[in-house]
Amino acid sequence: MVLFAFLLLFGATMLAYFVNRRAALSMRAGGARLHSLESFHGLFAALSVLVPVFVGILFWLVLEGAVVDLFMLRGLPAGTFDGLDSGASQLIVAEIKSIAGGRVFGTPEAWKIEAAERLVRYHRIADWLLVALVAITAAILLWVARRSVVEQFRARQGAERIVLGLMIFCATVAIFVTIGIVFALTFETIKFFQIVPITEFLFGTSWEPQIPIREDQVAAEGAFGAIPVFLGTIVISAVALFVAVPVGLMTAIYLNEFAPQRVRKSVKPVLEILAGVPTVVYGFFAVLTVAPAIRQFAASIGVDVAPNTALAAGGVMGIMLIPFISSFADDALSAVPRSLRDGALALGATRGEMMLNVLFPAAIPGIVGGVLLAVSRAIGETMIVVMAAGLIAKMTINPLDSVTAVTVQIVTLLIGDTAFDNPKTLSAFALGMMLFLATLIINIFALRIVRKYREIYD
Amino acid sequence: MYDVPHGRNEVAVTDVKITARNVQVYYGDTHAIKDVNVEIESNTVTAFIGPSGCGKSTFLRCINRMNDTIDICRVEGDIRIDGDDIYDKRVDPVQLRAKVGMVFQKPNPFPKSIYDNVAYGPKIHGMARNKAELDDIVERALRRGAIWDEVKDRLQSPGTGLSGGQQQRLCIARAVATEPEVLLMDEPCSALDPIATAQVEELIDELRQNYAVVIVTHSMQQAARVSQKTAFFHLGNLVEYDDTTKIFTNPEDSRTESYITGRIG
Repeated sequence: MVLFAFLLLFGATMLAYFVNRRAALSMRAGGARLHSLESFHGLFAALSVLVPVFVGILFWLVLEGAVVDLFMLRGLPAGTFDGLDSGASQLIVAEIKSIAGGRVFGTPEAWKIEAAERLVRYHRIADWLLVALVAITAAILLWVARRSVVEQFRARQGAERIVLGLMIFCATVAIFVTIGIVFALTFETIKFFQIVPITEFLFGTSWEPQIPIREDQVAAEGAFGAIPVFLGTIVISAVALFVAVPVGLMTAIYLNEFAPQRVRKSVKPVLEILAGVPTVVYGFFAVLTVAPAIRQFAASIGVDVAPNTALAAGGVMGIMLIPFISSFADDALSAVPRSLRDGALALGATRGEMMLNVLFPAAIPGIVGGVLLAVSRAIGETMIVVMAAGLIAKMTINPLDSVTAVTVQIVTLLIGDTAFDNPKTLSAFALGMMLFLATLIINIFALRIVRKYREIYD
Repeated sequence: MYDVPHGRNEVAVTDVKITARNVQVYYGDTHAIKDVNVEIESNTVTAFIGPSGCGKSTFLRCINRMNDTIDICRVEGDIRIDGDDIYDKRVDPVQLRAKVGMVFQKPNPFPKSIYDNVAYGPKIHGMARNKAELDDIVERALRRGAIWDEVKDRLQSPGTGLSGGQQQRLCIARAVATEPEVLLMDEPCSALDPIATAQVEELIDELRQNYAVVIVTHSMQQAARVSQKTAFFHLGNLVEYDDTTKIFTNPEDSRTESYITGRIG
């Protein structure tokens, strides 16, 4: 039924376009001097039918369920919900809905079956009502649009205004969704801090997010000091950057200045492929190849290391970041004007000297911006660390030890049974909030640096 | 007809500094320079004139092997400075470029301080043993670039903050700081206003005392004002090469005459 409504709308839109276009054409043929071209008259008519009806259908679909429920509840025998808490009454509504959907468990009471039948009926009425409303509004809009085709009507400006509105809407969707996410995070985080004091979270050095299920359980109180978790993230990110920054920069410098055209042409796409490898693949590369290799090597020189070291996770994450940094640095180096290269070379600088003394300093803001973006990717990276890093939060900066990361903790906290009234689950939101703030600050810095750099060279 | 100041166009008896024989340049399949023969004298300003795309800049860039930095560019023939073949395998283009300075069309100071801009060449060639010597070299170069008085109080401020004309003179100072023997200028005034142009032209005439100056220019008036020798390029050919006064008053080739009288170009 809903599909039918959409088809109807689509048909009306096409009709509006062709009717108005033809009307404008015939007016032109009759010698009238129209302000806008006929295709703009068509476009304006199509948009002025499509947009309002489409928005209307969406609103209808969002509200339909709630309104129908309301009607259905009104018809229930008086006093059904007396003395029931919200959970129990929700249960009754859910049961009625599942009966309406054809999933009957046991033998429900007669009034429930009757309510379910009414629910089905209401939905059918609502659907027909939707189609009828679409047909009527589309017809009215078609008529209004057809009337708008007159000599002086500025259809081009009208159509442009509608398209502009659509563009603004699309541009703000992402922003509003982000704001929504931040709000959701904020509320859960506040709930968490009502149970666990913020000072303990920020400065505590012990992270054991378990909650006793029974009063007398031995596991006792959990501890929610986030420092070891963040320390783990920092250690892993540091290892990653230690790998990625030098290798990435050297790659960029080589490709940008020293590589023959042929090499550049073949290596750049390969690097881009590397950037496209799913992180989960990097993850099992870390677990199955790098970690055992590190362990074996350490054993051969007589050192005992954990099976899931920060070194393995960080190292593989570093490899993931290489193409990221190298492409940023390559762009920054390429953006340095050709005249500066020529100037340095003409003074008798070698390519190396030119790179080191002229190109690199001139490109450094862009490079730093790229590195900072890589940092925020490293601390937000999840899959590799979930697979390759440990679960136990340790206060250590030894990369050969097993550490955990913020993202790992969030994943483990939200897997399995979640209860939104205990600090174990809520702590995931606090961690997420901290992570969000950290990456936000780094990104702001990075973008500022990149922008400053653009101002100088454009 | 042309604004020719007295004295500047007189040709002194001088030695040949650069000899080019049968020079061909190819960009990929394009034959950009066809069989150019020329002898450039020291202590002389030699101007290359000609319409856009005639190869004058390309030929200029052969003299300090800047064309080496372009992958698809191929140079054939024989170019000698003081009798030494600069395309010989044993010649290091890096050392050659220290000997043959170059100034570009657009002022291109490095994003460093004025001092560091000028000190860059001497530093990478190890010309100064200590700070005092380097200071000396920088001051001398800036004086030769006729910009010392304007920047002596702000040597540490960025070179990019100067005006266009000052930047270009800074670039000239930067080029002469490595004590070159030849100075190549690729349309050095095309991005400058008339006043800055006049200052740079003045400077070019002074530089003639110490260097062989080769200047590419689009402006025939400029060629007439600053040079003693003029070479006219057309479609990759060196059409005519002679004393500037001769080229501008009594050219032998009809194409030269057409160009300087404004009929082609």
